[in-house]
Amino acid sequence: MTVAEPRPHDAAALHVTGAARYVDDIPTPAGTLHLVFGLSTIAAGRITALDLDPVRSAPGVVAVLQASDLPFTNDVSPSAHDEPLLSGGTIHYLGQPVFLVVATSHLAARKAARMARITCQKRDAILGYEDAMEADSRFEDGPRIWQKGDAGDAIDTAPHRIEGQIQIGGQEHFYLEGQAALALPGEDGDMLVHSSTQHPTEIQHKVAEALGLPMHGVRVETRRMGGGFGGKESQGNALAVACAVAARLTGKPCKMRYDRDDDMIITGKRHDFRIDYAAGFDDKGRLAGVEFVQMTRCGWAQDLSIPVADRAMLHADNAYHLTDVRIESHRLRTNTQSATAFRGFGGPQGMLGIERVMDHVAHHLGLDPLAVRKANYYAAEVEGGLSAPRAAEPHPPEDIVDPEKQGSLATGTDLSSRGATGNVPEGRVVQAPPGVQTTPYGQPVEDFILHEMTEALVLSSGYGARRERVAEWNATNPVLKRGLALTPVKFGISFTLTHLNQAGALVHVYQDGSIQMNHGGTEMGQGLFQKVAQVAAARFGVPLGSVRITATDTAKVPNTSATAASSGSDLNGMAVQAACDTIRDRMGAHLARLHQVRADDVRFADGMVHVGGNSLRFAEAAKLCYEGRVSLSATGFYKTPKVEWDRIRGQGRPFYYFAYGAACSEVVVDTLTGEYRILRTDILHDAGASLNPAIDIGQIEGGFVQGAGWLTTEELVWDDAGALRTHAPSTYKIPACSDRPAVFNVALWDGTNREETVYRSKAVGEPPLMLGISVVMALSDAVATCGTTYPALDAPATPERVLAAIQRVRDAV
Amino acid sequence: MGHFGKAAGFSMDITFLLNEESVEIRGVTETTTLLDWLRDERGLKGTKEGCNEGDCGACTVMVTDGTGIRALNACILLLPQLHGRAIRTVEGLSAPDGTLHPVQQAMIDFHGSQCGFCTPGFVVSMATAHANGDTGHDDALAGNLCRCTGYAPIIRAAQAAATAPIPEWIAHMPALTAPGSPPQGQDSRSSAPESADELATLYAERPDATLVAGATDVGLWVTKGLRDLPQTIFLNRCRDLQQIETTENGTRIGAGVTMDRVLALMRDLHPSYAEMIRRYGSAQIRAAATIGGNIANGSPIGDNPPALIALDATLHLRHRDTRRDLPLERFFLSYGKQDRASGEFVEAVTIPRQPDRLKVYKLSKRFDQDISAVCGAFSITVQDGSVTAARIAFGGMAATPRRATRVEAALTGRPWTDDTVAAARDAWEQDFQPLSDMRAGAEYRLTAARNMLTRYMIADLGGQVSVLDVAP
Repeated sequence: MTVAEPRPHDAAALHVTGAARYVDDIPTPAGTLHLVFGLSTIAAGRITALDLDPVRSAPGVVAVLQASDLPFTNDVSPSAHDEPLLSGGTIHYLGQPVFLVVATSHLAARKAARMARITCQKRDAILGYEDAMEADSRFEDGPRIWQKGDAGDAIDTAPHRIEGQIQIGGQEHFYLEGQAALALPGEDGDMLVHSSTQHPTEIQHKVAEALGLPMHGVRVETRRMGGGFGGKESQGNALAVACAVAARLTGKPCKMRYDRDDDMIITGKRHDFRIDYAAGFDDKGRLAGVEFVQMTRCGWAQDLSIPVADRAMLHADNAYHLTDVRIESHRLRTNTQSATAFRGFGGPQGMLGIERVMDHVAHHLGLDPLAVRKANYYAAEVEGGLSAPRAAEPHPPEDIVDPEKQGSLATGTDLSSRGATGNVPEGRVVQAPPGVQTTPYGQPVEDFILHEMTEALVLSSGYGARRERVAEWNATNPVLKRGLALTPVKFGISFTLTHLNQAGALVHVYQDGSIQMNHGGTEMGQGLFQKVAQVAAARFGVPLGSVRITATDTAKVPNTSATAASSGSDLNGMAVQAACDTIRDRMGAHLARLHQVRADDVRFADGMVHVGGNSLRFAEAAKLCYEGRVSLSATGFYKTPKVEWDRIRGQGRPFYYFAYGAACSEVVVDTLTGEYRILRTDILHDAGASLNPAIDIGQIEGGFVQGAGWLTTEELVWDDAGALRTHAPSTYKIPACSDRPAVFNVALWDGTNREETVYRSKAVGEPPLMLGISVVMALSDAVATCGTTYPALDAPATPERVLAAIQRVRDAV
Repeated sequence: MGHFGKAAGFSMDITFLLNEESVEIRGVTETTTLLDWLRDERGLKGTKEGCNEGDCGACTVMVTDGTGIRALNACILLLPQLHGRAIRTVEGLSAPDGTLHPVQQAMIDFHGSQCGFCTPGFVVSMATAHANGDTGHDDALAGNLCRCTGYAPIIRAAQAAATAPIPEWIAHMPALTAPGSPPQGQDSRSSAPESADELATLYAERPDATLVAGATDVGLWVTKGLRDLPQTIFLNRCRDLQQIETTENGTRIGAGVTMDRVLALMRDLHPSYAEMIRRYGSAQIRAAATIGGNIANGSPIGDNPPALIALDATLHLRHRDTRRDLPLERFFLSYGKQDRASGEFVEAVTIPRQPDRLKVYKLSKRFDQDISAVCGAFSITVQDGSVTAARIAFGGMAATPRRATRVEAALTGRPWTDDTVAAARDAWEQDFQPLSDMRAGAEYRLTAARNMLTRYMIADLGGQVSVLDVAP
């Protein structure tokens, strides 16, 4: 069966020959125009004069648009309608698009865009956490606070307590393919948009709004992206809308792609966080109570910041059973790029908060951090069932919805965006039965497999012996110090905006037996298309080559959710499976009638259809069905069961299930310069019953390195004027080839999803990123050997921060 | 495309081979990059633009000339630099019958591509290393960024392909059409002299012209600064500037010698310098950048000057037929200003013959292909337990590359001990008052620079001081 086979990426042969087509590679009709934004050069203030004459008279310029030239809505926000395509006069960040140049070439447009004379009245920009807190500059009306038990009392009465703070930097996506869109005007006002986007429906929606069209007037197609990582969930809106508007106004096809520097200056990044914490615990390091204050700089517009900050709160427990916990979350509005989705979507930041607490507690008690982590793990499944009773079947839910909160679904609402909070009713809460261990937000934890996984990883990585060897090394080496850490990951799978957990598919079987498959998911390199094609091939029992993967297209499958939240295979795999099964059942019924057998005596396998005692090739079966006037085309639909929660109270079941993983990393640190290397990393990761182990391992290896990069070399630096100083790969350093661990062992946990997902697999897109936390904890371990105080290493742990931590630790001796 | 063709600002006629096909461009625009020309003019979309500044490698192409096969970044390669050379893009890597190059097949078999956007650049770099028998994969691929895979499967693919023979269609490159003849149509706007003598005359006549050697810096004036180059002189045809001469007194390196050749030279002479060169630029950058360019642009963070100053190198400058020599450290006057007269150019640099006492310590956020926060070069001679001579030079610590003269003085004549190093502590602050910027803070720069002396001493006494040397 094609499912579970380690097939290469569906486009691998196209990738290696340069034949894979990205938006900027699509041949364009003659006369295609090229677009570039002119950007603000201050972080906050008002434009007092905008002289665009030099731009208009620059060579090759066809048109220059300002906000007042836009025919309809001037908004590209995926949430709060607070993100104008072009500034209407107010400047919110340095790099904000102010005007749009339309020219005969990309280069001509770039040159012209620099010729504007923008005069501004500056005001003081709000850049840092403290500025924003002081000015009460925030999204939502105040901090979001979730509580379980009484954290304050538990901390006060515990035998030991610590307090601390960790600063966590943001992260530039650095998808290798920059943002790009191409709009082709059609007849009667229709618009076709090719967009490098994770969310074609959102592009369709925003383009329709900008053109004053119903959504049916806009078609969006996405064959592939050159990387997304969350950076193309909402950040492509501006380019697509700009192209569509310019195409409407000029009647010409319009293309826009950001130069790398523009891309980094204009678009949002991972949210940076400051997390303050206090914890009380016993001699074993078991937490009695813990409090977090999470502050995040959301940037100038709301974008997806609310659900990002929610997910940070939802992962403040990571793998640990917190009985008394308080989480306070501040979503701060600052004059910087509007931070956006990035692999993990706030989860990594929340998780790093509790991992820091574990590390700090262990240091305080002089224990191995792994022992403290294990002492705080959720309880495992035990013989004869779960340690706690399995959750009861959902009973009629208690309706806690405040009817006044049920906003009307007015036109223009971003229904399919993750930023759509506040426009939809809050979910209802299913209460866990008493005695069941639950997360801080009340979701039962029923499938906790990290005890077994940790034990297996301890064995395979040789953790115990290496812990001793590291200590010996450090005792004899004055300059180079080693550090070791093993950290777990528990990541919640589902869109936290519950209604997004749906997907559609469209499958055609042609009369020659070839199959065309389409679904709402997008391919950004993660191998979604191949995994889903493997499902389709398995349902029909045909070779993978019989299934043709086609570009994501809003005209084939409507109302799609973003390919995000690791949900791609879970949702689209099930939708495609449903569509395939519909066709297969129709074929089976027809063939059963023809051969006078029962429908359940028809079997699809090995490229054949076995009907009672007869066998025919799948192609023959398709032909017979066509001749028998059987519909060989079907849609499929899937919605995730069981998920329902109230995000305001932080109560309920936001996640269908959890994905788990653990990583053990060893580093060596130079105590003279703060330089370091990752010597070895061992990973054990839970992908359920993997649909494609090769692709899943690729996600794990890549996710780990990306996570390690976030926490080590990838540093975003803004100056006091709010200018991003690290806006190119010359200054912003993602991991290079030699930065991967010198020894890098990755294995899949042999298990299945206890929930009924597609072939019992688990989502694997985001969770492995958080395995990178093991690296910063290993660095902390190495630094700690230099003295007695806790290193309190901030992220990214650049050599500079590592050296500063070493000095702190030493000065205190 | 508006910015191509003979409309305005054109000059030379050039010929080169593209995927084994002869190409002639008449009146090339000197600021047109190979990448834009390939994609916009030739419709060859396999070569990708990732950063347009030579840092990501998505645009890597294979370039062959009389001196060998190299991987270069097409985004900062200006068309006039290609005259007489052979270019192979990703589209030209497979056999004419479609058979994949072994590195392409291995990349499929070992799952080396995910989003695929960086992949063409990777396979071209891999095929180039393969053609050269280079199995130092981490180094060969340091200039190719991948954001999806974490590199492990790519390295597995490179290792698997390493044993495959070089495909016949790669090994037998057709002869160049006119390798020896200069580009036609040179004029006052743009020229490509054949010798240092020609250059000397031309540059004296047109002192405002931009000298273009590897274009690893000038390329960015074009792709990021969007500058026109009203007058350009391309140096890559001046073979006499590309000579390395070793005499009894030292080694004279022509200004046009590319950094990959300097690296090879330094492996024997000063291995620590070689290791710094390996890190400071990727294979693509080292194959393009020249030592003369790195010196002449006068950057305070260029990595060659500190090493060369610590080695007491002499710079050879030339104006027409007038030549003068000066110690390299005296070349850098102030930020952006060098001791170079109008129409004068760097002809060569000479490193005096000396026992190797040099250690170069490059500090950056990332090890490979990153600009230094601090680059320190130390050459300290110790006899009978005392320091008899010390030359210490730094980049990233001041507006110019500069010697740590007070530190040197605090060491010289003293016993080579911890106490001496500790006693030199205050001299560091007298020598340097570094700035804070996005690469590092002032305090870190100063502390790390100071610690480098400790590192030098520990290394000198046989201690292990580099994290790069630690085995897992």
